[in-house]
Amino acid sequence: MDCKAVEKDSIAYLDGRAGPSRRREIEAHLAGCGACRERARQLRELWGILDESPVLLPSPGFDAAVRSRIAQEPHRWGAWGWLAAPSPRLAIGVTALVVFSIWLSSLPRVAQPSPRVSSAVEAEFSMIADLPVLEDYDVLSSFEALSELPVQPAVKQPPGM
Amino acid sequence: MEAMARSDVQLMLDVKAGDGASFELLLRKYRTPLVHYLGRMVGDSATAEDLAQEVFLRIYRARSQYAPSAKFTTWIFRIATNLALNARRVGRYRQLEIPIQQVSQSEEGDPRVLEIPDGQPGAEQRLIARDRAALIRRAVEELPEKQRAAVLLHKYEEMDYGQIAAILNCSESALKSLLFRAYETLRIKLAPLAGGGVEQG
Repeated sequence: MDCKAVEKDSIAYLDGRAGPSRRREIEAHLAGCGACRERARQLRELWGILDESPVLLPSPGFDAAVRSRIAQEPHRWGAWGWLAAPSPRLAIGVTALVVFSIWLSSLPRVAQPSPRVSSAVEAEFSMIADLPVLEDYDVLSSFEALSELPVQPAVKQPPGM
Repeated sequence: MEAMARSDVQLMLDVKAGDGASFELLLRKYRTPLVHYLGRMVGDSATAEDLAQEVFLRIYRARSQYAPSAKFTTWIFRIATNLALNARRVGRYRQLEIPIQQVSQSEEGDPRVLEIPDGQPGAEQRLIARDRAALIRRAVEELPEKQRAAVLLHKYEEMDYGQIAAILNCSESALKSLLFRAYETLRIKLAPLAGGGVEQG
């Protein structure tokens, strides 16, 4: 094991997390390498020095501040909560739709030609309206039984009338 | 007591189910490690407090989607790390002298004044201790951000390599190299505080 290989595992060796076989290898190297042994000693010393750094504690009002921030959170309503919750996209969409509708209704109406029905069509419509009468006329005019009736001579009017 | 009986994951699942008391337990358990970690990451205690509150807020917001796919500690420190890195990038932190509360924590979690080991701390010893602490803090804060996070999580939070690698989104092998470079830098910078001389290189 060379110095470079020891470097990589030196921290795990010093904090006691290196595996037993790795530990033995490192110790064997340290026994024969003065430079690595000195570095390991200084790193161990550094460990103690870092412990001198005081612990930063939260201020007395920390918990209250967390609770206050949580209390300001919007309430959730479950699966349908999005309907009640303010949604910027939804609000913008609805506003745009309303503005567009107002704009559309404020436009001047273009005078469109009234649907004038041609006279032929009009006549056809009136004919359809009198369809039952036409049908009766048709039936009576082509009724064969009527044609067999004897034709009565026209009554002569007396002179002087 | 109750926090010890239930794991953090279970507490979070209870929060998800609407149990506010479980959230309080998580808050009490993680507020100090988070404020300390974020304070060392951003170099400003006021920003650290603000960011730590933001971490709890994000956890609260994410409660309904919470799925215990990783250790709770990994999750919460990952959120904290991302917030700290973002805060530094947008210059949210103030690079001023940190008004450090010279306190440490007793086993019960109650703050108490940091005691100088001598037993009879004179004014001079207090000054020496404060100067040493300031030197250490500055040396850690001057590390590149990923190295700094790695050292803080490894040394002060005593996390295992797998957890730290997950938080920093790197491999364990890369993390070991990162840690070695960081501790080497600190070893050289903090040589004046060591008892003996330090060989450079």
